[in-house]
Amino acid sequence: MSAVTTLASATRDSSWDLPLFVHILGAMVLVGALTLSAVALIAAWRSGSASLTKLGFMSLFYGALPGYVVMRAGAQWIAHKEGLDNDGVDLSWINIGFSVSDMGFLLLIVSLVIGGIAVRRINRGEGGSPSTSARIATGLISLFLIACLVAVWAMTTKPA
Amino acid sequence: MYHALLFLHVLSAFLLVAGVVIYTAFVLGSPVNRGVRLVAEILWGVGGLGVIVFGIWLALNRPAYEIWDGWVIAALVLWVLMMGSGTQVSKHVQPTEGDAAPQIERRAKFAHWMRVAYVVLLLIDMVWKPGA
Repeated sequence: MSAVTTLASATRDSSWDLPLFVHILGAMVLVGALTLSAVALIAAWRSGSASLTKLGFMSLFYGALPGYVVMRAGAQWIAHKEGLDNDGVDLSWINIGFSVSDMGFLLLIVSLVIGGIAVRRINRGEGGSPSTSARIATGLISLFLIACLVAVWAMTTKPA
Repeated sequence: MYHALLFLHVLSAFLLVAGVVIYTAFVLGSPVNRGVRLVAEILWGVGGLGVIVFGIWLALNRPAYEIWDGWVIAALVLWVLMMGSGTQVSKHVQPTEGDAAPQIERRAKFAHWMRVAYVVLLLIDMVWKPGA
């Protein structure tokens, strides 16, 4: 197992470049869209702006969700190529990555549902303050962003 | 030391891309809120600076890499082009009042999409490291 760890952290077969690129590109879009969503929703609390609330939730749907799918597909692809998707493999950085990914998906789905309801109300002109849904979603998104930070640390430092 | 530098380098790249994603929303017609734009500028600035500083430090720290390697020079050129496009976009995309969508000049939109292309090319260069 230590040989696998050393191999994975020190050298890289060129056939892993494409899945790695897909994984990182997806992760960057995911984190960017989560950041946009969090910042727009925080701004929406303060101003009560319906368009900022919509921007916050739409960025989850059009940015974070596709980014997540691409990131996760790239992760699975490279893990398969490296032989790290077997049950026998127990590496901290891989476990951290998959845990963050699974937990993040749950947080993303809950945020999307909350956002979907809020945007639907806005589109129907039902009014009401978007701040409650925005605050809940901001909390969930912030949690996911912190988890992403931990995942980036784990992926780059590869703790044994 | 290598892992700490790599973490800071990659983290900076994530901050930079987050700034680009926010600007993409502006270019696509989202309202340019003063606070949201300020966060995008900070992410772009801090990320851009971090990427170059920790990237050069990494190249100097790692015996396998040299600062004059083709892929490192390509990255430096792409970074300069990317920052140039970013400066042009920042000048033209200004906060709007209320929920109004901004009027962004075609030239600024073009500069933004060029910046996106430079970011993707930088990522390709970092992953494939041609000539390394």
